[in-house]
Amino acid sequence: MNELIIYQLASVPAIAALGIILGLLFKGIDRVLAARMQARIGPPIRQPFRDLRKLMIKENIVPKNAVRFVFNGMPLLAVAASITILLYVPIAGFLPLMQGYGDLILLLYLLLIPSLALVLGGFASASPYASIGAQREMVSMISYELPLAVAVASIAWLFSRAMPGIASFSLAAIAANPVWELVGPVGFIGLLALFLILLAVMPGEIGVIPFDTAEAETEIASGMLVEYSGRNLALFYLADAVKTVGFASILIAIFLPYGISGTLSLQGANAVAADALFFLLKLFIVVFIGRVLIRVAVPRLRITQVVKAYWGYATIAALCGLSLIALDAILLAGGC
Amino acid sequence: MSEGKTFKIAVGPVHPALKEPVQLNCEIEGEQVKHVDIELSQVHRSIEWIGTRRNPVQVVFLAEKICGICNICHTLCFCEAVESIAGIEVPARAHYIRTIAAELERIHSHILWAGVAAHELGFDSVMHYTWKLREKVLDTTEYLTGNRIGKAIVTIGGTKRDIEEKQFGKIREACNYYRQNFSRLRDIFLKDPIIKARARDIGILRRDDALSLCAVGPTARASGVKKDVRQDEAYAAYPDLDVKAITPKELLGEIRGDVYDRIAVRLLEVLQSVELIEKCLKQMPEGKIAYESKLAKVLSDVKQLKGEAIGRHEAPRGEVFHYLKMVGEETPYSWKVRAPTYNNILSWIPMLKGAQIADIPIVAASIDPCMSCTNRAAIADGKELGNEKLHRLSVEKTRSLKKGPGSERGNCN
Repeated sequence: MNELIIYQLASVPAIAALGIILGLLFKGIDRVLAARMQARIGPPIRQPFRDLRKLMIKENIVPKNAVRFVFNGMPLLAVAASITILLYVPIAGFLPLMQGYGDLILLLYLLLIPSLALVLGGFASASPYASIGAQREMVSMISYELPLAVAVASIAWLFSRAMPGIASFSLAAIAANPVWELVGPVGFIGLLALFLILLAVMPGEIGVIPFDTAEAETEIASGMLVEYSGRNLALFYLADAVKTVGFASILIAIFLPYGISGTLSLQGANAVAADALFFLLKLFIVVFIGRVLIRVAVPRLRITQVVKAYWGYATIAALCGLSLIALDAILLAGGC
Repeated sequence: MSEGKTFKIAVGPVHPALKEPVQLNCEIEGEQVKHVDIELSQVHRSIEWIGTRRNPVQVVFLAEKICGICNICHTLCFCEAVESIAGIEVPARAHYIRTIAAELERIHSHILWAGVAAHELGFDSVMHYTWKLREKVLDTTEYLTGNRIGKAIVTIGGTKRDIEEKQFGKIREACNYYRQNFSRLRDIFLKDPIIKARARDIGILRRDDALSLCAVGPTARASGVKKDVRQDEAYAAYPDLDVKAITPKELLGEIRGDVYDRIAVRLLEVLQSVELIEKCLKQMPEGKIAYESKLAKVLSDVKQLKGEAIGRHEAPRGEVFHYLKMVGEETPYSWKVRAPTYNNILSWIPMLKGAQIADIPIVAASIDPCMSCTNRAAIADGKELGNEKLHRLSVEKTRSLKKGPGSERGNCN
């Protein structure tokens, strides 16, 4: 038992480093691809690493009226929570490090923490722009949580019905048994709807256009981040990068858990390497659709429109997906 | 967000939504704008004052520097005023060249504006796309005048450069380019559901408000006021071209006076400018390009004038108005420039009342404001800074900078 704990402790920095490197790498890819789609050249892929380094050595300014410990503490909290997400998600074919200690419900809460940290940091920075941004962030959090929760609950319900006896909210169990194999054609459509909804929640969750109302550069000058600089800003930047990888990994674990080593009949180290590369490919596809493509394709919404989009359309679609899965279950049961 | 409790935010003088310094003091309730107050005069550059210390030929160059984008407008207005006092008759060909230059400028300005508007909405892809389209007009301008932006083509009594027959091909090519791309630009701005959701019924300026606030240019026309100097008081080659003021009715069938209408009017005006340039190329008469090619002779003609005159021109943003008074001296006795933003800026108040914070950038951009053309005084803390005070502050600042870093902080009162 002790050995296991030591092994886990030793793995945490490795996963943190992996998350940070992957997050920054994907940020770089995101910027290059977005630039190419906008007929620009864009920065080199390593630009986010340079940005981070530059921010780290810049002066860290704390506003005079700010609540100092909250203002300085929140960036750390955001990074810590983002990295913690990765400990509960299967990455590159490996089981989650903290398997058995937390499930999807915990992940939903962990996903909230970086946003909450931003909100608190925004309020603590004593700037009207940051306050407006923080209010908007809270509103959009409430908005996208509803379809997200409905989608996650639907998946869990599907599992509890199809495979009684296993922990239905456990991400490792979900990843081990691809959801698509548990449903008939009607449920397949329902699952597809849920997948698309989670992809639509992704830009809200990681705060990119069209759902970046809380940071809207041209409206409220980066909102909650307006007073942040130097190391604190670098940490929020990092948290955003890691959270993108975290959320995309959750999506992959639920909907695209397939490996490639079985298909290619590889074994040993080759299999691990192949699965890892395949995971990166899946990650790229999810990030490309959920972040890059959407942010170059549409303008920013107003906060009222964000609420309408998530509470209205996305939630209705999620409920439709849930109904389809339920209908599918009835049809399958009738068939037996 | 408690009921009835308002707080104040200042948009500007330095803010990502504003391209030039101006301050919008907004009273906000929740996300709603309750009241707006505008503070101007953060970028006074004393161009009129400098102008009254130069002779008219020198002022032509100065007038071009009033605005980067509208460089033809101010030069043209000033030259019109001087020509009118001196009784100089401008050759017909020069009128046509001036018109072509002015319309190229309008295409450039409107497309640049469309990109800025897209950026205010957070739609950077469209910004980059429109600015790519803008390159064509810049290339054409460079081909005709040697510069991408500053054309330096208008002079007193005519133009400095000719547009020759062999150059028509490239201008026509540019016109065709914009004709072909117009439908795409129109679809992007007027059919995109999110742009529509962000621009429709936002920042409404009613027709009577537009009239009572003396709004000009696309801002007024989008509210249904058919006002266009090119139509009402035709000058240069415009009398031959039959210009009609454009309202959104032609494209959309109705007039609401919102941001969406202002986008539509500007897009239509790009097409109108293309048509005008093509007409000019077709009808361009032969002849001289200036009443007198020797600058020294021009100078001696305009140096000792007596009298006053005005010059008017429909700039991309609206009517530009110059007033000039000469009293027989080498330099103008008085020179007053009124840029279109001066008229349009107050329409922000009815437009922003009841809008959301998210609408402030696009509504502010929708009148295409140009601050450095508008400001006529430097004001700090509600008090005008006179010549002496400004001079003293500048000297103090220079001295403190010379002392080294850190020492300037305590000195800027």
